[in-house]
Amino acid sequence: MSERKIRVLIAKPGLDGHDRGAKIIARALRDAGMEVIYTGLRQTPEMIASAAEQEDVDVIGLSILSGAHNTLCPQLMELLRAKHMDDVVVLVGGIIPEADIPGLKKAGIAGIFLPGTPTQAIVDFVRTHTRARD
Amino acid sequence: MSDEKPNDALPEIEGRRPPSHPQKFTTVSGYPIRQLYTAADLKGWNPERDLGQPGEPPYTRGIHPSMYRGRLWTMRQFAGFGTAEDTNARFRYLLAQGQTGLSVAFDLPTLMGYDSDHQLALGEVGKCGVAISSLADMEALFDRIPLAEVTTSMTINSPAAVLWAMYLAVAEKQGADWQRLSGTLQNDILKEYIAQKEYIYPPEPSLRLVIDTFEFSANRTPRFNPISISGYHIREAGSTAIQELAFTLRDGIEYVERGLRRGLAVDDFAPRLSFFFNAHNDFFEEIAKYRAARRIWQREMRERFGAKQARSWALRFHAQTAGCSLTAQQPYNNVVRTAIQALAAVMGGTQSLHTNSLDEAWALPTEFAATLALRTQQIIACENGVTNTADPLGGSYFVESLTNEVEAGACDYIRKIDALGGMVAAIEHSFPQREIAEASYRYQQAVDRKEKIIVGVNEYVVEEKPIEVLQIDEGVAVRQQDRLRRLRAERSGEEVRRRLDGLMRAAEGTENLMPHLYEAVKAYATLGEICDALRTVFGAYEEVAIT
Repeated sequence: MSERKIRVLIAKPGLDGHDRGAKIIARALRDAGMEVIYTGLRQTPEMIASAAEQEDVDVIGLSILSGAHNTLCPQLMELLRAKHMDDVVVLVGGIIPEADIPGLKKAGIAGIFLPGTPTQAIVDFVRTHTRARD
Repeated sequence: MSDEKPNDALPEIEGRRPPSHPQKFTTVSGYPIRQLYTAADLKGWNPERDLGQPGEPPYTRGIHPSMYRGRLWTMRQFAGFGTAEDTNARFRYLLAQGQTGLSVAFDLPTLMGYDSDHQLALGEVGKCGVAISSLADMEALFDRIPLAEVTTSMTINSPAAVLWAMYLAVAEKQGADWQRLSGTLQNDILKEYIAQKEYIYPPEPSLRLVIDTFEFSANRTPRFNPISISGYHIREAGSTAIQELAFTLRDGIEYVERGLRRGLAVDDFAPRLSFFFNAHNDFFEEIAKYRAARRIWQREMRERFGAKQARSWALRFHAQTAGCSLTAQQPYNNVVRTAIQALAAVMGGTQSLHTNSLDEAWALPTEFAATLALRTQQIIACENGVTNTADPLGGSYFVESLTNEVEAGACDYIRKIDALGGMVAAIEHSFPQREIAEASYRYQQAVDRKEKIIVGVNEYVVEEKPIEVLQIDEGVAVRQQDRLRRLRAERSGEEVRRRLDGLMRAAEGTENLMPHLYEAVKAYATLGEICDALRTVFGAYEEVAIT
């Protein structure tokens, strides 16, 4: 029996439509052999949590450039806890001021990736952290 | 020793050569560049036909005979954050620093047609721009700024007609003559479906709103540009320079066709169509792009549409340096990038320019960073001498060859989109979206493989401390919510209902919606209420997401 592929949900929460980064990451993870589901634009934390549940994903990757991360990320983490999905690895990529990083980590975000991150670094992070999960 | 060639005598010093020199000589778009350009590259090129004089068709050399000797470009810094009062203070500061035009950045709820107190606005109020939910906010935004004297550009698309109605209402209250009002609405919905994705309604009713503004503007505000047909966002989404040029001009063609279908005469509205391009890192490719843009547009306007007036042929554009080229790492390097990009826009003949701030890969600019960005333009305008002569690179084998090649590449795309049945059909086929996603992924791979070097990101990397950035607190959202509550209590609810009903009835028919929008905003109907009324009639658009 073949090994189950890592399943990733790439999501764009909030009102922003700049999806260049989300699409690149979706494609890079797919090229690295993972199952990737892209939610499309303007997803509320509720929509993302239920998509993650339905798709039974190991990882959620959020792309946020709008400055709304401090509101949206803790909301999503709360919803995941309520659904007993604490073991899903949640990553954020985008424009995140350094001062906000400790707060996001405390809320349970596993990895925060700033502009300029090579796609391979994200692929490696996902592999390492999902292995730890099994 | 004396036998050695001079080059060989040079010792190998670390840093003399970039650690990993690119293997391929290509532009930032991946377009191949030859070792040398000579007269042989310009066979069949006819300077009289293909270059001409500045101020004359085909406008390769610029749209004014004297270019910047006669008048500098407008220095127009895009600004907006927090409440209307916060942004009003920034505007008045920038004008005091010598900026010559205003440019409004709206926050995401405003761009999407939601009031600041809407559920979906949570966490986004005042973050990426200024929060404007009603005429009351617009009045505060332009408090003590005489609209008869400044020119204002507004970066607003799907709800552009509504925000423009608010602007006109403020102008009227100030006693400014609409016939003399000058400025630009972005109002380019096609590039939203293609790249920036801030759409509300489906393409057909959205295009109707755009043509409503063309028609209204041609009659009532003859000096206002009702649209800025934008390649900027297409490029930021990852396109090549050729794709940016082609999709933007094909969008322009689509708008002209829609205007003609409405019954407008081409020379009545074409002179007020304006354009907006990116100024990216690749110096010569960008200059070639602007020169090719003017040449293609004048040909399309004359041959495709039979425009008779020179003012309809001349492509006027605004340029903004490339936000996507700025790095979070070593942010002071961004000042240098921006200066070179701005120089390309000026040497390419721009009419107006925004220079990005060094901190924009982190947040909206601080006042210090915004001032430095403006000073960058002022230095180019005053100190380097590049403004002394029109089209300083005209006649260069390289620049003329590249201009020809960029033009040919863009024309291929334009023909493809024609064959698909126009831009709306192409968008429905996800054609431009796919082309851009492909180019964006290819570029990322080239950066990951170090075929393209980004200083401070994949080469010359150092450990560094974070810089100070502008933070917008949630207090802005609270103040906006309070203001909306007061507004809804104080205005005449009955009049608002009547105006919104009138708007919806008109939207169900075919008449021009501008007068209805104007009456609704004057009754202090909010942006969200107006956009919801139109959502009821037009429906909402959802794209097929491609990855």
